[in-house]
This record gives sequence, structure tokens and C-alpha cells, in this order.
Amino acid sequence: MTALSVLRRGLLVLGLPAVLFTVWWFATAGSTDFYFPPLATILESFGKVWTAERLLSDVVPSLLRLAAGYLLAVVVGVGLGLVVGMRRAVRDVLEPVLELFRAIPPPVLIPVIMLFAGIGDTMKVLVIVSGCMWPILLNTVEGVRAVDEVLGDTCRSYGITGVARLRHLVLRAASPQIVTGMRQALSIGIILMVISEMFAASNGLGFTIVQFQRSFAIPEMWSGVLLLGILGFLLSLLFRFAENRALAWYHGLRRAQRNP
Amino acid sequence: MLDVQDLQKIYTGRHRNVEALRNLTFHIAEGELVCLVGPSGCGKTTLLKCMAGLLAPTRGEVRLDGRPVAGPPPGMAVVFQEYGRSLFAWMNVRDNVALPLRRKKLGKARERELVDHALEVVGLSDAHEAYPWQLSGGMQQRVAIARAVAYEPKVLLMDEPFAAVDAQTRAELEDLIRKLWHELGVTVLFVTHDIDEAVYLGQRTLILSKSPTVVQEDLTIDLPDERDQLHTRSSPRFAELRAHVYEQIQRAKHHSGDTAPDPVVEDRAIEPVLQKTES
Repeated sequence: MTALSVLRRGLLVLGLPAVLFTVWWFATAGSTDFYFPPLATILESFGKVWTAERLLSDVVPSLLRLAAGYLLAVVVGVGLGLVVGMRRAVRDVLEPVLELFRAIPPPVLIPVIMLFAGIGDTMKVLVIVSGCMWPILLNTVEGVRAVDEVLGDTCRSYGITGVARLRHLVLRAASPQIVTGMRQALSIGIILMVISEMFAASNGLGFTIVQFQRSFAIPEMWSGVLLLGILGFLLSLLFRFAENRALAWYHGLRRAQRNP
Repeated sequence: MLDVQDLQKIYTGRHRNVEALRNLTFHIAEGELVCLVGPSGCGKTTLLKCMAGLLAPTRGEVRLDGRPVAGPPPGMAVVFQEYGRSLFAWMNVRDNVALPLRRKKLGKARERELVDHALEVVGLSDAHEAYPWQLSGGMQQRVAIARAVAYEPKVLLMDEPFAAVDAQTRAELEDLIRKLWHELGVTVLFVTHDIDEAVYLGQRTLILSKSPTVVQEDLTIDLPDERDQLHTRSSPRFAELRAHVYEQIQRAKHHSGDTAPDPVVEDRAIEPVLQKTES
């Protein structure tokens, strides 16, 4: 990649956000509306509110809960997806139940989860798991079912069975699908991280934003929303980076198939 | 070495059964190179899968060194037609060749030696780090062959391995198979639908009938052992053998294991038009 193409990409990525911010800046400049303060005011409070101390006490706990819930969802989703994808009998038994659970919006489960998990971190992590699990599970099942038959025969004829088959064939072949599920789950996870903190919490990003709103600290509330947006953007950037490394073979294969 | 006895395979479907193989019996001696040729859709792949232990026959059995084949036997390697689908796209060439060896626990040094040697004999010594999709079709099939070679099999089964590569690459790969067979002393069964290939490659050619399949002829290829694309293919004997196999295949298109039409077991090869005129 040349310096010029890096610049071009940078402009493409940052162009629209820059335009939107500019519009926001001028549209709200001199605004006297209590609920829509000028962007300048919001940015000013952003610096004041989100100090290192605040980040440590409210943002880090949120991110830790997100990480725990998300990783747990990956483990459960991929693990269950492998079993369901490889065993027809299990799929037939579980499918109706899975469809039922998948249809329930996770925020509705918060009061239920509270009943047995209390109002601490366990509850919040479980809420995140209950939402993130489904796209990972369903995509894993699809990925596992689509493992190429010839590749399967190749493994069998070379005696690659059991754990080796799972590790070198099934998981790798399904990995593009699994990653698709994980990408969907990440945005769901961020939403649920915030929502779970709006109920019975004492710290966290969602808690802080609701706290500001209830005390009519409107610019501070907006600065929290802004921070959430930035966090989501950074997390998806991180995800993209990891994906490009893990699925380099897949992107190469797709390119080779497009231009033979 | 490799015995096929009364082999029959019927695919049972929901609405009808298809008898792919009727009754096959033949023997391949240790160190032989045998080609299997037949009209399209005659159950060559089914036969190969039964022999590889990937598919259970309906009746009869396959024996390797006297032992019945119930699953994929150790000491047997298979090279499939679809090279693009038989290599691991997420592994480089080296790992593709090395993966089947891990189970054998030969030690790092021996493993490296086998992989290096296998890639060298197929002419891919400089492609260790490449991914399969970065290579041409012919080179991908060479990787699959190298993987089979490194596995040190006693029997090598090849299912129309060169059907999807261009003619020039195909000629090179045919000579590669002859060379490997000479050097390794491995028993090779080579399935093909190409008549020239069936005559050029082997010591013997088994000609199959159309489905339901029986062995129509077991033909000894009495060409000199030293073969090359130019002289062997232009020799009079090659032309005779080729013409003979061609005739047999034409006959095979109208002959099958059916002596009388069977109302229960339908023939997969019958075209719809033909069925209409019969009814």
C-alpha cells in the first residue's frame, strides 16, 4: 500500500463522520434548547466528565462485563454449534427450543435473570450472553453443516478423526461463518452492556448516562452517548483487525476465486 | 494384495433404488499399476469409494492383504478429482502435506524429511509456504499427490485426478505418476474416463460396463515399460490397444449387468426420452 492510498482510505473512512460532526456543530451552535445543547458545550463537558478516574470507575467495569459475557457467548455458541451441526439427531431435538429462545428479546429476560442471578455482575454478564449467543450459535451450525464432503472424505481416508478432525477441519472450515456470527454478536453485546446497566446498577457506562439524564445534566448525558459511539467504533476496528489476521486465507481464497 | 469380490452397491433412495455396481470381482497384485476405465456414469467413483473404505458395499467385500476393508485402512492413500476441494485452504502447502503424518508420530526430523522429499519429487520444492489457492490447478493436484506420497502408502487410489487440468499439464502429471510408481514400488489403481490415459498409464486396464456395473474386460497393456508421450502414443500397438478399448467402451454403453430388465431396480443411465418411448 502506498502512502497515497493510505491517505485515500483515511479520507474515505473519516470523511462522512467529519461532515456529520460539522453539521452537528453548526446546527446546534447557539442553541438555547435545554435538551439539545451546542456541540461545543458537549465537548467541553466531555473533557470534564470522562477523566481517567471516571474511565477507571465506570468504563472499565462495563468493558470487563462485556468481555466476560462476549467470550462466554463465543465458547457456548461455538461449542453447542459444533454439536448441533455435526449430529442430526441433536439438531432435530434442539431446533424448536432454540428457535423459541432466540425469539425472546434479551432485555425482557433481565427481570427473570435478576430473580436467580441477583443484581450484580453475574446478572449483567448473563444478559450479554443471552443475547450474543444466538448469532454465534446459528452461524456455527450453518458453517459446520457446510463442511465440504470431499475434504471430509480426505480426512477420513488419512485417518484424521476425532479431535484432530475437529481442530484442523471442522473449526477451520466453519471459521468464516463463525466470525460472521461473532461480528453480529459484538454489536448486540454493546447494546446489552448498556441496557443491563440501566437496571439496578451502581457503576458502568449505561448507569452513568441514565444518572446524568435523571439529574438533568444534559451536556454530560450527550457526552456519554458520544463516548459509547466512539467505543463501538474502536471495538469494531479491533474486530476487523483480528478478523483480517485470522481469516487471511479466506479472503485470499475468495480473491483467487473471483479472478482465476 | 487388493481383492474385490462380488462387490455390489445399491443406493437406497426414498422413491427408488439405484444399483450402481452389480457384481465386480477382480484382483490387483502388489506393485501393479492398474487403470479402470468405463463409460461416464458407470459407478467408477462408487467403486473407488468402496475400495477406500469410505462407502460400505451392499454385498461382497474388498480385501487388502487378506483383511476385509471396513473403514479407511491405514496404508492406503486416495487422490480425488476435485483438487480444489481436497486441500485445506487454511494451510500452506507444507502443512497440507504434513498433516496426515502427525498421527503417525514419526518425529519432527523424519516428518520434515518425508515432506521435503515428497514436494521435491512432484516438483514443488519452492512452494512450501504458498497456499493452495495461490497455485494453478495442476500444481494443486501435485500438492495432493505429494501428500499421498509423503504418507508412504502401500496402495494409492486415484479418482480421475487429471480430469480437471489442461492437456499439457495432464501429460506431465501422467509421466509423474509413472515415475513415482517406478520409484516407490507402490500399488496404484487409477480411475479415468480418458481412453488414451487408460492405455498409456497402466500395465492392465479394467474396462467396466455401464451401470449396473460389471467388469467387461480385463486387458493387459503389453506396451514396453519405458513409455514417453511422444513415442508410446505414436506406436502402432498403442493405436491398436486404444482402438480396442474404444470399441469396448462403445459396447459398454449398451451392455450392463442387467441380463433382463429389472422392474424394481431402475437404471440410472437410462435417459428420460428412452423411458418415454418404452412406456
